[in-house]
Amino acid sequence: MKDFIIPTSKDMDMGTPASKSTEMVTLTIDGFDVTVPEGTSVMRASAEAGIQVPKLCATDSVEAFGSCRLCVVEIEGRRGTPASCTTPVTSGMVVKTQSSKVKKIRKGVMELYISDHPLDCLTCSANGDCELQDMAGMVGLRDVRYEAVANHFEARDTSGEANAQFIPKDDSNPYFTYDPAKCIVCSRCVRACEEVQGTFALTIEGMGFNSRVSAGAGGDDFLSSDCVSCGACVQACPTATLQEKSVIEMGTPERSVITTCAYCGVGCSFKAELNGDDLVRMVPYKHGEANRGHSCVKGRFAWGYANHSDRILNPMIRDKITDPWKEVSWDEAISYTAKRLRDLQAKHGVKSIGGITSSRCTNEETYLVQKMIRSTFGNNNTDTCARVCHSPTGYGLKTTFGTSAGTQNFDSVEETDVVIIIGANPTDGHPVFASRLKKRLRQGAKLIVIDPRRTDIVKSAHIEAQHHLPLLPGTNVAVMSSIAHVIVTEGLMDEEFIRTRCDWDEFAHYAEFISDPRHAPEATAMLTGVDPQELRAAAKLFATGGNGSIYYGLGVTEHSQGSTTVMAIANLAMMTGNLGKNGVGVNPLRGQNNVQGACDMGSFPHELPGYRHVSDDATREVFEAIWGGKIDPEPGLRIPNMLDAAVDGTFKGLYCQGEDILQSDPDTKHVQAGLAAMECVIVHDLFLNETANYAHVFLPGSTFLEKDGTFTNAERRINRVRKVMAPKNGYADWEITMMLANAMDAGWTYTHPSQIMDEIAATTPGFANVNYEMLETRGSVQWPCNDDKPDGSPIMHVDGFARGKGQFIITEYVATDEKTGPRFPLLLTTGRTLSQYNVGAQTRRTENVVWHEEDVLEIHPHDAEVRGVRDGQYVRLASRAGETQLRAKITDRVSTGVVYTTFHHPDTQANVITTDYSDWATNCPEYKVTAVQVALSNGPSEWQEDYNAQAAQSRRILPAAE
Amino acid sequence: MSPEKMTRMANQIATFFESQPDADKAGSVAAHLKEFWEPRMLEKLAAHLKTGGEGLSPLALEASKRVTA
Ligand code: SF4
Ligand code: SF4
Ligand code: SF4
Ligand code: FES
Repeated sequence: MKDFIIPTSKDMDMGTPASKSTEMVTLTIDGFDVTVPEGTSVMRASAEAGIQVPKLCATDSVEAFGSCRLCVVEIEGRRGTPASCTTPVTSGMVVKTQSSKVKKIRKGVMELYISDHPLDCLTCSANGDCELQDMAGMVGLRDVRYEAVANHFEARDTSGEANAQFIPKDDSNPYFTYDPAKCIVCSRCVRACEEVQGTFALTIEGMGFNSRVSAGAGGDDFLSSDCVSCGACVQACPTATLQEKSVIEMGTPERSVITTCAYCGVGCSFKAELNGDDLVRMVPYKHGEANRGHSCVKGRFAWGYANHSDRILNPMIRDKITDPWKEVSWDEAISYTAKRLRDLQAKHGVKSIGGITSSRCTNEETYLVQKMIRSTFGNNNTDTCARVCHSPTGYGLKTTFGTSAGTQNFDSVEETDVVIIIGANPTDGHPVFASRLKKRLRQGAKLIVIDPRRTDIVKSAHIEAQHHLPLLPGTNVAVMSSIAHVIVTEGLMDEEFIRTRCDWDEFAHYAEFISDPRHAPEATAMLTGVDPQELRAAAKLFATGGNGSIYYGLGVTEHSQGSTTVMAIANLAMMTGNLGKNGVGVNPLRGQNNVQGACDMGSFPHELPGYRHVSDDATREVFEAIWGGKIDPEPGLRIPNMLDAAVDGTFKGLYCQGEDILQSDPDTKHVQAGLAAMECVIVHDLFLNETANYAHVFLPGSTFLEKDGTFTNAERRINRVRKVMAPKNGYADWEITMMLANAMDAGWTYTHPSQIMDEIAATTPGFANVNYEMLETRGSVQWPCNDDKPDGSPIMHVDGFARGKGQFIITEYVATDEKTGPRFPLLLTTGRTLSQYNVGAQTRRTENVVWHEEDVLEIHPHDAEVRGVRDGQYVRLASRAGETQLRAKITDRVSTGVVYTTFHHPDTQANVITTDYSDWATNCPEYKVTAVQVALSNGPSEWQEDYNAQAAQSRRILPAAE
Repeated sequence: MSPEKMTRMANQIATFFESQPDADKAGSVAAHLKEFWEPRMLEKLAAHLKTGGEGLSPLALEASKRVTA
């Protein structure tokens, strides 16, 4: 671990991974007694005692390998000098880490390494951050006696002949370089890629002196190999061989701040390493409990957007959206906005305005926005983008278990035996979780994937799903019901669990329903396209294979039966007894970083913080006592309802924080119409996003690097976000919301987000014991965290369900109204890729575009052939909602009849195609099923051209007045 | 919001509760509407009922009557 430059004892590299054993062993090292868990290496035991044994090929993120022999020690009663990294401790062992014998060996080893290493330390990018340097110092290397006959680092020998062993630097990856001249072939990178990331992109080619690290097959460089740029190898490399380009450019950092990734719902902890306020690199934090020292390309490398020239740093206003923007002072922008909003309310009523919070913002920001809407605007028209992703999770899990929370922590995956993944693509959407899952799968856990596409997790290096059920989009409920049918009719349920934890009579009723032959896999195969034998085998495996866990994503929720599928998942977990312990559970993989938090913080129009309905008098009184004034007891408008009401003329003003509804929400034309009908749209964001084309006020936002706060990840873990630099736009987002609220007479006086958290704790029982001081000492905590659970709750429903007894719900399959027909014979489903994030506003402004520069349409070879479509050609994609144009990619990952695309780029605007159909319970849009037609295209659609013209027109900014 | 969209949403809710064992299905649908629909939407529903409630399924119709009564 190259963390030497900013050493803190906590971050010290212990050499080998921790042992999980509970048996303790005591031994003596250099005269000190040390007690460690059985299975610990002698190297790690020494480190625990504060004694560092020199090492090169060992690091605590990967298993020891024992190749460098720098770590040799003497052990009483043993012959020779064993390597301390590969020797496990035994009781009573007596170890000497220093002796003339081992010192001599170590020096010899170092001499050999250094004889084949360039001695340009002073100008090397790893200077001060290199373990080879450190070790040379530690073993007291003073001269190198060997004259190397051949080496790997000189491009030419002394006679000017090219050195056949020299391989030039590979800088194909945009974020790090591979310089073989500096490689000591310790294979830490290879092992990190295998063990930590699970991609197996690297190998050691050749033998002995000829052995080299190689990415992919011959001829591949890092970019063209399977490498997903997670950075694990860079982190593991002890030398400058694998090095961040930012460090090469900027030098080694001198201070670090622990913070949380602002991309996906895994919520990885990072050390932001800086020089002054220049961010040099983000390094995954090994004590982060969500990621345990791992990261993906987004959090690790894609932070350059924070300094992108597109970022808007001054507030702007305009009277009409056809006007160019005018830069103004913060004071002017805020008072202008407040006046426009109050005027609208005076003219069209208190309920004519509202706001949208983002799951990208912190808990404190989200809390403030909904507070402003409920208490300052005086209505409940607050919603969050979680509406369009996980609102069915909220409804479904609350109905069945009594609380809308995922049941596990991420560590739980280490104890699972059978995993169902449904409607999620973790290797792209939740990469660090996927790496942890793959590690467990390589240890033998079984995998069932339910997804229309053959996603990467179905089959990749050393992983293969036992069953892949490629269902037709829109038939999740039918498939889940069939699985339950098999389990119930074959008597494979966990009767004891059901009797003690659920209501048996209710289950009996459910069992009668689900046993009906119409749910048999043979009967539903017609609808779902899933092979009944395969489904039966999968059901049996899940019910009988040990600890069973279910992980799901937006492929479950974004359907007209999204909430029903969530309840079907909950039924399945209950009937197999897979709740309330490690290795099991119902695990919603949340899309954005703070989806969980946004929901917790009361951003839904019907719920105050802590999931309490606005009609509940007691809850309203709690908030009224602190906020002052009355809270409306009627639910407010949800995002789709706001747009409908805008078109109807009763909704006129919208405050939109950190959210780009025009690009991310379905049925773009309808969103456009809604926005165009409003008289005051306020966009609070980093960039002039698509929604801003219809905005009258633009309030520049701050990045996650520029503010304090907390994010709550998919496992309910509250992680600190720390300000590592001053906001470039002048204010943190919570301050901007406060300025607006105060301009509308709120009278708020917060001076730090910790005070907002204190208010959350005072009003919301699940957060009662959460405060910044505690997060400072603990690092993070999983809610509920209160007097009942002072240490938080890694696993939910341990002794009983939040609602008492778990409730089985009848899950009748209802076909979506979105049906294929002669005009639109194919089904479109949508998703995301690893390198891009959501609407791409951030990731498109980083080097990540080398991996995904445009959205493409995946289409099966058969469907392509009948339409005369060739790979890479532009095609026209049309639905009853609209049409667009993008490139085709021919692949059998999708079945015939199904096409697939992503929604990261505004040029394609996949959401022009998606419809306004939605989940029955929550109005979560049905992104995942749209009937479409695909045809060869002859250029951008008329709509695309109009859209681009309007966008260009709308983004004009008047030069600032002198 | 077009009447078609509104009736479709109301019918979707009714379809779910139709399949549930609840003794008072219309009551459950009405409760769901009350819990999640903003008053403006309920007013529209009431107006639609006045003109005959075309397109609403029998259960949705019954529930709509209760919630707008
Ligand atoms: S690239 Fe780095 S980690 Fe990999 S073998 Fe070479 S020195 Fe070791
Ligand atoms: S960046 Fe990650 S995927 Fe790429 S080679 Fe390194 S460890 Fe493997
Ligand atoms: S995007 Fe997700 S997986 Fe990647 S570093 Fe950030 S939190 Fe971790
Ligand atoms: S560190 Fe133990 S053999 Fe290399």
